[in-house]
Amino acid sequence: MTASFCAPLRLEQVSIALAGRELLVVDATISSGEVLTVMGPSGSGKSTLLAYIAGFLDREFTASGGVWLGERNLLSLPAEQRNIGLLFQDPLLFPHLSVGGNLRFGLPRHQKDKRQQVTQALEQVGLAGFESRDPATLSGGQQSRVALMRLLLSKPRTVLLDEPFSKLDTALRQEMRTLVFSQLREAGLPTLLVTHDHEDANAAGGPVIELG
Amino acid sequence: MLRLAPALIIALLVLPVGAGLMMVLLPAFGYLPTLGGHGASLAPWQMLFAQPGLGRSVMVSFASGLVSTAVALVIVVLFLAASRGTWLDRGMRRLVSPLLAIPHAAIAFGFAFLIAPSGLVARLISPSLTGWERPLDMLIINDPWGFSLMAGLVLKEVPFLLLMSLAALPQLAPEKRLMLARSLGYSPTIGWLKTVLPSLYPLIRLPVYAVIAYATSVVDMALILGPKLPPTLSVSILGWFNDPDISQRFMASAAAVLQLGVTVAALLCWWLLEQLIRSLTRYWLINGSRQRGEIILRLVGRSALLFSSITALAALVGLGLFSLAGFWRFPEVLPQMLTLDHWQRSGPMLATPLINTALIGLVSTVLATALVLATLENEHRQHIQPKRALWLLYLPLLVPQIAFLFGLIVAAESLGIRPQLGLVISGHLLFVLPYVYLSLAETYRQLDPRWLKVARSLGVSRSSAFWRVRLPLLLAPLLTAFAVGLAVSIGQYLPTQLLGAGRVTTVTTEAVALASGSNRRLIGVWALVQAGLPLIGFMLALGLPRLLGTHRRDLAT
Repeated sequence: MTASFCAPLRLEQVSIALAGRELLVVDATISSGEVLTVMGPSGSGKSTLLAYIAGFLDREFTASGGVWLGERNLLSLPAEQRNIGLLFQDPLLFPHLSVGGNLRFGLPRHQKDKRQQVTQALEQVGLAGFESRDPATLSGGQQSRVALMRLLLSKPRTVLLDEPFSKLDTALRQEMRTLVFSQLREAGLPTLLVTHDHEDANAAGGPVIELG
Repeated sequence: MLRLAPALIIALLVLPVGAGLMMVLLPAFGYLPTLGGHGASLAPWQMLFAQPGLGRSVMVSFASGLVSTAVALVIVVLFLAASRGTWLDRGMRRLVSPLLAIPHAAIAFGFAFLIAPSGLVARLISPSLTGWERPLDMLIINDPWGFSLMAGLVLKEVPFLLLMSLAALPQLAPEKRLMLARSLGYSPTIGWLKTVLPSLYPLIRLPVYAVIAYATSVVDMALILGPKLPPTLSVSILGWFNDPDISQRFMASAAAVLQLGVTVAALLCWWLLEQLIRSLTRYWLINGSRQRGEIILRLVGRSALLFSSITALAALVGLGLFSLAGFWRFPEVLPQMLTLDHWQRSGPMLATPLINTALIGLVSTVLATALVLATLENEHRQHIQPKRALWLLYLPLLVPQIAFLFGLIVAAESLGIRPQLGLVISGHLLFVLPYVYLSLAETYRQLDPRWLKVARSLGVSRSSAFWRVRLPLLLAPLLTAFAVGLAVSIGQYLPTQLLGAGRVTTVTTEAVALASGSNRRLIGVWALVQAGLPLIGFMLALGLPRLLGTHRRDLAT
């Protein structure tokens, strides 16, 4: 693993306001393989924080502060060049592509043995042989695992998680937490998790910021 | 590039309408140097008001617009109120787009074949009920007060208003309102009328106005079903403009301005009716009456729309029957023999109009779809709220075609553009563009933005996310919008006839041209071809996604 791959994500006095009212201020550094959890009730602006970092902030919000990945100023880059991986509540597998197509969609363009990478990724999460399946025929847990592998194959340098487990049922939730956090830690990715579930924070095992 | 798209659309819609109106207004007051009119004068108006039967023409145009729209709106509203969740509701949702796709002229011909004295209805009930052994000598179609024209218009307006309402309804969450109303003891139909309709009407007001404007000035349907002596104002204008006597052009321009006035007056009258009904029903909405009238409203609501749809379909069947009929004595219900003669004889003559129709339809729809997609994508990227300029989209639908198309030709000629295929295509664009926009905009805006966020977080650029994610996800609505555009283009009579100077023939211009003759078999062939083309478009739009291998479950619509 190269050094740049593990560059820390630094949030420098990031503050977000809606109609002049300040929602939150965060100042934190997330180092390689670490998960920072931001907790707060709905409306506290935690998802807006992710949108700001990833480059999708709605116009109605105003935000200030720096977002750095190592030496790179992320705010000066368009969303697709920030190398930020996103996981939402829903797996959001593209319905017009197969499972394999979804994984390939995430792969950088000029890569050798794409097929092999896809096969390996599926094997890694116990879905060997699922390449040509229609995502709609997969169970919720299987879809989440494909979404996770799609994210990892895209070689992100940092990952943002937006309540990724909240729609799974209890048994599956524990399993996915273990899978997601172990994979992200193994890849050495600095990760920001927003959630309102304390168990997510416990499973993440990193520092916690409480909002609201 | 993308940022220019909205301005381009507005310019494409506003400039031709504006220029066309200007070049009608000037000659209406005597100014048109190319025809020797240099000064301002009221002579065209004096000449116009001296025309026999002008008052009747104006009355019929005015009344047919208001009456047909009112009837169609009542049918649609009562249907929506009375049929929620029934098999009728589900069936109509599937049928509404194909019904809407049938061109005005085809419906008009088919309807005429149904109700004519020797038509299918008379044959069905004769001589058993009526005792008629020969067709009644009576004007049923082309009746002097335009009743058959109004009925024909209703058949076309019902599916349009229904589709517009169905598109607007989901944002009102009608189920929740209805559930609430019923928990308070309201019966379903009354509950719907009291809780959903007041919010629905403002959302379909512009389409209703477009229907009024269209119905007050329609040409092709009026040529087929409308009164003859005098005809509706729009048909009279067409005759005067085409008169070889050049001086008639000034009077025709004045008449076109009058047509604009008639349409505006009808709209104004409708607006006053709206206010009246609003104040009359203000108390009814809150008077607590929960049940009264439920049964009768439910009956009317379900049967009226069913009846109008069956009539439209029966009209198509009638066209088919006449196109295949050999010898057919009155009052036999079916022809003695069926023959393919009329089809075979029409075959060679169909080729050129078919190619023209397809060419004009495809080019104008491709252009319109590209422009609409560019505008919507720009709106998405710039986070623009769409509301403000929306009514401009309706401009070509609100200004009567007959009032600005002649001026448009004069304007084009002064720029050295002769009537020809290119001009016809750009003319069709005026009417195709709004419909493509209206049928695509809402689904485009409602696509979950997270799809694009995921794509971009995976390293895909904005434009490539548009091609690789947004378009595939929107394939089905995109194809439907395309089919709508094609159907609109195929049905256009006046723009094709005028902007092509009669030299660009399409199946629609050829079919309407047959109206003056009385060869029903030939009319049956051409009107059926005209009705069939848009239907093929819709079937392709529904079938292509499956053929293209997008057999994925969550994409099925």
